[in-house]
Amino acid sequence: MAATRLVACEDCDLLQGLGEIPEGATALCVRCGGVLRRRRRNSVERTLALTLAASVLFVVANSFPFLAFDMKGQVTRTTLLTGVVDLYEQGVWQIAGLVGLTAVAAPLAQLALLLYVLLPVHVGRIPWQMSRAFRLLRHVQPWSMMEVFLVGILVAVTKLVDMASVVPGLALWAFALLIVVLAGATASLDPEAVWERLEARRA
Amino acid sequence: MSAAAATALATGRALCHECGLLCALPEHGAHGAGCPRCGGALHTRKPHSLERTSALLMAAALCYLPANLLPIMKITSLGRAQADTIMSGVVYLLTHGMWPLAIVVFTASVFVPILKILILTFLLVSVHRGSGWRPVERTRLYRITEAIGRWSMVDVFVVTILVALVRLGNLATVEAQSGAVFFGAVVVLTMLAAESFDPRLIWDRSEARRP
Repeated sequence: MAATRLVACEDCDLLQGLGEIPEGATALCVRCGGVLRRRRRNSVERTLALTLAASVLFVVANSFPFLAFDMKGQVTRTTLLTGVVDLYEQGVWQIAGLVGLTAVAAPLAQLALLLYVLLPVHVGRIPWQMSRAFRLLRHVQPWSMMEVFLVGILVAVTKLVDMASVVPGLALWAFALLIVVLAGATASLDPEAVWERLEARRA
Repeated sequence: MSAAAATALATGRALCHECGLLCALPEHGAHGAGCPRCGGALHTRKPHSLERTSALLMAAALCYLPANLLPIMKITSLGRAQADTIMSGVVYLLTHGMWPLAIVVFTASVFVPILKILILTFLLVSVHRGSGWRPVERTRLYRITEAIGRWSMVDVFVVTILVALVRLGNLATVEAQSGAVFFGAVVVLTMLAAESFDPRLIWDRSEARRP
């Protein structure tokens, strides 16, 4: 297995031999500096553990209000979903759709696909339609924008503090944690390792 | 051919866009071929990359002006209505002493979208003209463009949160306005444009020009 493998760079198409990469190291293209492969220690297990934690946090973050707004005794609370519904009711369905996709649907799909692929792979099985699910994950990932949403919360709160008092809710802390855990899960995923395990099972 | 670098394309191979496996192509080329590992369709280059990217980029440029000139939301507080554009939001943060946040919002909402449009236009023109100028740096520009695009969504999220929080009838309400729709369109269109651009074209053309 330690033999040099021929690979092509995703960004410039140059063919080059790739030897065994030490765990935790990243191989770069000799010509354009693009990433050829990022090898992670225990990629499958680590990503799976972080994804499980992220799933719990995702449920908490979406079940409770993340902000409460108190103006002269009148209080409104908002969860992610009520925000999307309010936009839809105001007639700006395009924005409602975009926010629903980037802050709810894409992160949910990302977590679900990761679990769907990694849980069986971890116990040495191949899930049904695994290739399709894992391919879909690549297309979903860029649209999952939780971390951007958190910056949005920060900006919104500073705009409101002059008007009334804003109270952070339980979901806000779950959000903040979720972003860290999700970033960890994304960073520890080495797709090549997953494909290698799949091929080993098939052979 | 002798001076050209050995690329997947030049040796009758294609890198699978889906799983990254280097695949040998059948005699008739990539058309209709599938990746043996993941089943994804194989292409030597992203299909119609230049046409697709230019079309998406033009659409994004058209939406950029209304996105910045039209109000993105209307804030009504105790009977006083005030329309907010992207820029007035930045100015508000500045005048209220929140300059770090003002810089974040200005960068994400004003600077990044126009930067993306300009960089991608430059890359398209340079590839179209077969330029051999600094391919490493141009590839790096492309990677930056791909990475920063998502942060422009901040203002769309701010509008969402304000709309959801401030709905107190006569006391105070926030309504989303058409500028937000154009703004969202700019973000999505530039993200799709960056996605459809194939950085390998930078290298193909600079290789072809070399004597």
